[in-house]
Amino acid sequence: MSLRVLRPAALATVQDLGRPGRQHLGIGPGGAIDPVSHRIANALVGNRDDAATLEIALSGPVLLFTRDALCALYGARFAASLDDAAMPMARPVYVRAGTPVHIGRAEDGCFAYLAVAGGLDVPVVLGSRSTYLPGEFGGWRGRALERDAVLPLAHDVEALSAERFTRASRRHRASGALGESARTVTWFAPALTLSEHDAPVMRVLPGLHRDLFDEGSGKAFLGDAWRVAPDSNRIGFRLLGPKLALAEPTEILSQPTCRGTVQVPPDGQPIALMADHQTTGGYPKVAEVISADIPRLAQRPPGASVRFAAATLDEADAAREMLASQVEGLIERILWEFDDEGD
Amino acid sequence: MPCGLVAAQMASVRSEKRFEPKVLPLGDTALLVVLAETLDPDANALARRVALEVRARRLGWVTDVIPALVTVAVHFAARTAAEAAQRRAALEQFVREVAKLPPGDNVEPGTRTVEIPVCYEAPFAPDLDDVARRTGLAPTDVVRLHAAGAYHVLMIGFAPGHPYLGGLDPRLAVPRRASPRVRVEPGSVAIANEQTSIYSFATPGGWNLIGRTPLALFDPTRERASLLAPGDTVAFVPIPRAAFEELAAQPVSG
Repeated sequence: MSLRVLRPAALATVQDLGRPGRQHLGIGPGGAIDPVSHRIANALVGNRDDAATLEIALSGPVLLFTRDALCALYGARFAASLDDAAMPMARPVYVRAGTPVHIGRAEDGCFAYLAVAGGLDVPVVLGSRSTYLPGEFGGWRGRALERDAVLPLAHDVEALSAERFTRASRRHRASGALGESARTVTWFAPALTLSEHDAPVMRVLPGLHRDLFDEGSGKAFLGDAWRVAPDSNRIGFRLLGPKLALAEPTEILSQPTCRGTVQVPPDGQPIALMADHQTTGGYPKVAEVISADIPRLAQRPPGASVRFAAATLDEADAAREMLASQVEGLIERILWEFDDEGD
Repeated sequence: MPCGLVAAQMASVRSEKRFEPKVLPLGDTALLVVLAETLDPDANALARRVALEVRARRLGWVTDVIPALVTVAVHFAARTAAEAAQRRAALEQFVREVAKLPPGDNVEPGTRTVEIPVCYEAPFAPDLDDVARRTGLAPTDVVRLHAAGAYHVLMIGFAPGHPYLGGLDPRLAVPRRASPRVRVEPGSVAIANEQTSIYSFATPGGWNLIGRTPLALFDPTRERASLLAPGDTVAFVPIPRAAFEELAAQPVSG
């Protein structure tokens, strides 16, 4: 009952919804960098949204299920294949034991989540199964998956998978064969966090130190297009564009940071803090990305562009509420597909 | 009761300063309470007090409370816009009430006095001679003054379990190294400006290294994962190299 790594990926880590509540001890909240996609991936295999999934960045691993298993890949659009067929995204796929799952490159977006019925059963450390790379704990040995890593699955993954796949394919009375090795359903979940435009707008609230920046910097941050730098990671996305500078040198005492904080180190290149950010920092903060737009920002791969636009707190609240409704609506819709009793 | 004694001593040196906190949004799911612009010890104590009082209310929707040097972040969950507005208002009002309390009342339940053994010898003290030269003290005096201090955990940050300790003897204040080290070993005891710290993880770092503790500042398998918490008192106990090796060889519980 395990998932084996035949070929490792650039950065594949076990994630769940993280371990909030410990930031006063320097422990970042962590968890899926795009929690929306993590939750939808879980819904697609009938899991609760806190089950652990595999977060795959940019280029995926080759994996092998040792038992028949129901899985789903959701988030960034990846090219993925089974033995003798393409593996579709965003729907439950029932994979026979011994079938290698090749997850290729991201074609749109940055992070995808592979959910398995019953979840990835790695040990809970400090309240979560998520990998916390800066603290070297959680997930699979506190690290990204390496060759021959073995991820434990739920002890009843076979029974759970068979039963859930039957339910997931009953309502539409059809399921599609994917070669000899897998089957899937005729429905799928639409993407929620991928952007349709080349330079999508991320809305921001003013950062605590916005007024300390010189006039040109303030204008440039909101006016210019920014590119996500290649050395971006789960800790933060570095943004390439004009250099931002303070009007005059100011010493800032270390203070709490959060997911979405855009801070500017002395080199002038802003960093948008992501899931594994440090809990405190002493760099000036130019902006805070609103929480509704953080998953969309997380899905911008290195080299992709983004723009920032000022929002009000009311707009941020409304956007957060709207995204929550969208996510809940989609999860309900997916669970409806799993409902074996009909309406 | 040593804890009570410490609190009483702290109270006796505290002024009766009052703070008018700024309460600002930190993104749309947290508030930042700003108590001061400079590292004022009373503001630091009040930051911990605010964090303690908010925690003590056990509000299910408060997800994280982070006291820093002179600021506190309070994260909250809110499903709707109306709920968010209501929770921000409730938190702000509560924080303002707490800020009115005299900082001298700052009895902190749950804080501890932690003795940390430190070996101040080579090869753990690569910057000791440099610190001695810059301060005009003999290396043995640097060690004596550092080990004699009573320190307070001003905040935990930078890395899991990494403490910022206040209370360094001003005679030991030296700037950071001109060029940071690419790797500082975990357990390294360091000083910079008017603070001392202990690196909890192997990270790059620019502080001056004058010793090392064999204790793990952070161990996720321990019940007390972080050896120190904000508000704890720290005493350094010099140990010889042999004792360091002995302690390092055995797992030490926090």
